[in-house]
Amino acid sequence: MDQITIKKRPRSEAVITQRKFFKKTARGKVIKVLRERYLRDDVSCGIRGCIACHSSLEHSLPASGAPHPSFPNGHFVLPDTNIFLSQMDLMEATLFTPPIILLQTVMEEVRHRSLALYNRLKALTKTDDKKIWVFYNEYRSETAVIREENETPNDRNDRGIRKTTEWYNSHLQVTRPPIRGQAPPKIPAVVLLTEDVANRQKAESAGITAFSMKRYVESLPEANQLLDLLAVTDSNGIEPTRASGVRQPLYPEYLLTATLAAGVKAGKLHQGYFNANQYNYLEGSVPVPAFNKPVLLIGRENMNRAVSGDIVVVEVFNEKEWKAPADEVVDQDTTLKNDNAEESGDEGEESDGEMAAREKRLVKFEESARSAERQPTGRVVGIIKRNWRAYVCHIDSTSLTSLNATSLAQQTVFATPVSRLLPRIRLRTRQAPMLIGQKILVTIDRWDINSRYPEGHFVRSLGKVESKEAEQESLMLEFDVRYRPFGKAILDCLPPEGEQWVVPLKDDVNPEWKNREDLRQLLICSIDPPGCQDIDDALHARPLPNGNIEAGVHIADVSHFVHADTPIDNEAADRGTTVYLVDRRIDMLPSLLGTNLCSLRPFVERLAFSAIWELTPEAEIVNVRFTKSVIASKAAFTYEEAQIRKDDPNQQDDLSHSIRLLNTLAKKLKEKRMKAGALNLASPEVKIYLDSSESSDPIDVEQKELRETNSLVEEFMLLANISVAEKIQETFPQTAVLRRHLPPPKANFEKLQDILMKRRGIKLDVSSSRALADSLDTCVDPQEPSFNTLVRIMATRCMLSAEYFCSGSVARDTFGHYGLASAIYTHFTSPIRRYADVLAHRQLAAAIGNSPLHPSLHSKSHVEHVMDVINRRHRMAQMAGRASVEFYVGLALKGKNEREAKGGGVKEEAFVIRTFRNGLSVFVSKLGIEGLVMFKKEIKFDAENYTITVPAPSGEVTIAVFDKVSVNIQVEKDKNTQRGKVKMSLMSPIDSSDL
Amino acid sequence: MSSRVEILNDGGYRSDGRRQFELREVTINLAQQGHADGSAIITHGLTQVLVSVFGPREAKMRSQTIHDRANINVDVNVAAFSAGERRKRSRGDKRILEIASTLKSTFEPVVQTTLYPRSQIDVYVTVLQQDGGLLQTCINGTTLALINAGIPMLDFVCAVTGGVHSTSPLLDLTTLEENDVPHVTVAIMPKTGKVALVTMETRLHVDRFEEIFRLAGEAGKVLHREMKSAVMGRTSALVDAMGSQGTGIDRDGDEPMNTA
Repeated sequence: MDQITIKKRPRSEAVITQRKFFKKTARGKVIKVLRERYLRDDVSCGIRGCIACHSSLEHSLPASGAPHPSFPNGHFVLPDTNIFLSQMDLMEATLFTPPIILLQTVMEEVRHRSLALYNRLKALTKTDDKKIWVFYNEYRSETAVIREENETPNDRNDRGIRKTTEWYNSHLQVTRPPIRGQAPPKIPAVVLLTEDVANRQKAESAGITAFSMKRYVESLPEANQLLDLLAVTDSNGIEPTRASGVRQPLYPEYLLTATLAAGVKAGKLHQGYFNANQYNYLEGSVPVPAFNKPVLLIGRENMNRAVSGDIVVVEVFNEKEWKAPADEVVDQDTTLKNDNAEESGDEGEESDGEMAAREKRLVKFEESARSAERQPTGRVVGIIKRNWRAYVCHIDSTSLTSLNATSLAQQTVFATPVSRLLPRIRLRTRQAPMLIGQKILVTIDRWDINSRYPEGHFVRSLGKVESKEAEQESLMLEFDVRYRPFGKAILDCLPPEGEQWVVPLKDDVNPEWKNREDLRQLLICSIDPPGCQDIDDALHARPLPNGNIEAGVHIADVSHFVHADTPIDNEAADRGTTVYLVDRRIDMLPSLLGTNLCSLRPFVERLAFSAIWELTPEAEIVNVRFTKSVIASKAAFTYEEAQIRKDDPNQQDDLSHSIRLLNTLAKKLKEKRMKAGALNLASPEVKIYLDSSESSDPIDVEQKELRETNSLVEEFMLLANISVAEKIQETFPQTAVLRRHLPPPKANFEKLQDILMKRRGIKLDVSSSRALADSLDTCVDPQEPSFNTLVRIMATRCMLSAEYFCSGSVARDTFGHYGLASAIYTHFTSPIRRYADVLAHRQLAAAIGNSPLHPSLHSKSHVEHVMDVINRRHRMAQMAGRASVEFYVGLALKGKNEREAKGGGVKEEAFVIRTFRNGLSVFVSKLGIEGLVMFKKEIKFDAENYTITVPAPSGEVTIAVFDKVSVNIQVEKDKNTQRGKVKMSLMSPIDSSDL
Repeated sequence: MSSRVEILNDGGYRSDGRRQFELREVTINLAQQGHADGSAIITHGLTQVLVSVFGPREAKMRSQTIHDRANINVDVNVAAFSAGERRKRSRGDKRILEIASTLKSTFEPVVQTTLYPRSQIDVYVTVLQQDGGLLQTCINGTTLALINAGIPMLDFVCAVTGGVHSTSPLLDLTTLEENDVPHVTVAIMPKTGKVALVTMETRLHVDRFEEIFRLAGEAGKVLHREMKSAVMGRTSALVDAMGSQGTGIDRDGDEPMNTA
């Protein structure tokens, strides 16, 4: 317990201890703010063994600093703000090991400049393998500075940093006085690292050792690897490019931030996220609230250096200049094959012009074009926020000047991102030959107006292309999945008994039994997919004497083990969800909880959170209650086993009866839901068969099969989620964690409606979810059973995605879940693998008075923040899962090709889903993949009727959307980028291989 | 949290460089102010309050006289320039009336009003500067002014505001902190350890309340030492001043004032 004291702040020092500034409010009023600052002498310098400051903490820096060729007595580094802003990757590198003194001024400036970098910096200070001491220089009396007149905040901070460096050096001297008769003590140096030349000069004139990052790193033994991580900065031009002075700007300058803000406010400019077009690299779009359709950006100049995910400001052209999106597939790799990464001297100029002309040709339009399809067209005039992160890339081997593997010369090369949405990144590296054929991580540093491509730097290598480790890791990085093993602080939160943990004996003393119902005698069973280890739900049903039925859903009581605001909880909140990849699962919670203590395994007692209904035989809810409980599951079935047991008339035991009872209720529940207008949506789901657990080579792919028991479990989970949602919304109207699915805007369906009408003469009614459900049922083709599934898949793509939200932050009438046709919904039933469920558990426990709610869940802003994170993680996890399936489908195809030794590829049936001027997009339902069929020869394209006409020896063949074709699928490697590509060609009605 | 300022950073420092349990600078000025019978200017950090006490004197209005004790009349005035934004508060402002009535009900049981039947004690509180902890400053200032006026009281009344940031308690909040964290103002009588006032306008989790309440009480005792030494200092200065006149005051006597 710390002593309560009164801090003294002498009036005579008010000049330095008081800060006055003026602040302008949102309304434009100017307010004077006076703040005080208490300067202290007990801010520790953080160096171990210091006699003046007692830093006994384990995080303190080693007394002698670190060895460095230039500093025989050891040294500490004191980086300034621009080091962290531009060289974060280097600072994070494990090879970069000197003890770092991190100043509060620097932290605050980083935070002010970029929140993302600030978070990385904060995470960095907490890692164990870095020696970082945060020195609160603004609070130490000797190092605090105040802004002088006519001094910019930046200069003030720089001065503060220099002053602190000076102080550190003298502090080290003072605290290590020479002792008579002994050798003079070694006094390590404190080195100021800064990229700012002016700052360095000022520091040197004040007698402070100041280095640039480059100079500092160059003298380190690991210089070669570290120099690659060095980002390109503009301040002192590490290697000024020869032509930079004379080069023509390729892009227009951005407008000033103030102009942008004013423009957006006045409605002249529009702000939104930039989405690149995955089919055409010269086209992008920005959805803005002012228009129904997104604003189209055509051509490099108009996209003006925006990268997918950036928040940009666009200017919309006059309506006369509006265009329709191009119907062509334009591939960056093929078009820009010969572009020169080095772009040095006159040769570059020439090729630039040529390049521009080629691209111009691609960006041509049919002026007569269908005016109906025109959409707002514009150009990017500014960037509000860059969303650059590290991208997984390949080195483009053609851009290398020297392939000599031992060459350590610096080369400029192209890195091609795996994602088709991103531009190529220009990169300077000394290890280029070594990186060929590897997946690497590259960060974008900047994109100048006179550079066609963004410039970046190499972060690290992930491993060989197509090695499973590299592919998996790149996938996880690409989708920002947190896949690091759980840290010690997190594992310390687990019960100390570990695997041996059991539910203690029932008595009043054990806290586990407090407020818990004993449901161990109930006939509870779980039904899950085969091989499921994290069983988070179990069910029971039994008839009641009054003719009604009691049904219960029992969910693993994760919140008993994961308490709010503990390291394990924070980690789970950050991970948001468990990510399922084909051969791997990245858990949200440590596996001790997920697969053992919380998993509702059969024959053992487990803690659960139960929702128990009384239902009439017609499945009307009479009442519902929620309770924490202890259960003992009697059986764990797979869907198949449960189905067999239910259908077998010889099985007459109580458990089978209970399954049948559940099944009849589920059928009625489903019927009611369908009547209310719930949609039966489809997404391509396939199952990958792995050869054996060791090799994990896929051998076959097939579509997932659905049984009656799948729907049994689903119905009861929906029922539980809805009941819980109602309860927590009632108790916590401001902060309840709910999930909703907004009805899609009608415009989203226009294209699909038009295609269906023109091609099949079917009218799709999208006025309500009910109408849509009904009209989807009529979309059948007697000859083609999978046609209906295809339409459903396409309809699903027109919809918005469901999202988590905090009940207090949106209007009450937008709570509904469109797809499920439910007025309110949440996620409650899978707390092992979804964080939203954990929150719902906590809120429900508080709602029934079981345990008090943690203060953070009372705070709307906190809940909103968590919802944002888990929504993003959820989306990313879905995409990662899909990408993983795609990768394995590719592998399976490749394997099949090789085994059958034909080399000719796999022949599959496919549906045409989109037509282009020079190709078709097809969907192979059996494999659940989409592919492009490209034609090199001229073909006739009818955009109005969604058809293309291909010349054939036997006359012309017309192919339309929804037509069934058969395609030949091959996996081939792009020679330059090593990117595995699924290549499809048409087999029938016409062979396109020579077209 | 999107706010730029961290309430409590990882190093355990608050936005103004204090640690969790450190109170702001307190300055107390007990010098004579105008015609007041007792007055005090007290500063907690950047919050400054002037309290003037008049009385006990004969009640002006008949309706307000109480036959067996004195009536305490509190009037609070917030200077228009006290906060960053210039704002004139009317006398009928509900916030101001609330502070006044809180002060009145806090001091009624502490001041020995029964010694002065049918009289009134006027307390005029003027807020000169505001930066959080307004109520605590008003209470502490009133205590000092009453003592300075020589009005008998059972004990000091010392108030401190306590708040909680996530799970860490903080003491003596600034405006910045008050806007962000739930807080409680606790006034105690340090000798007896009795609680004179607990007031809270924000939602505070019940599990956190006890800790903060206890801490604020402890902090009140620390503040008491400061206030007491100010009173002692003022008194001994007065005594010294009298002694220097050399009128034969009995320095050891109980009542030096009356022996002249």
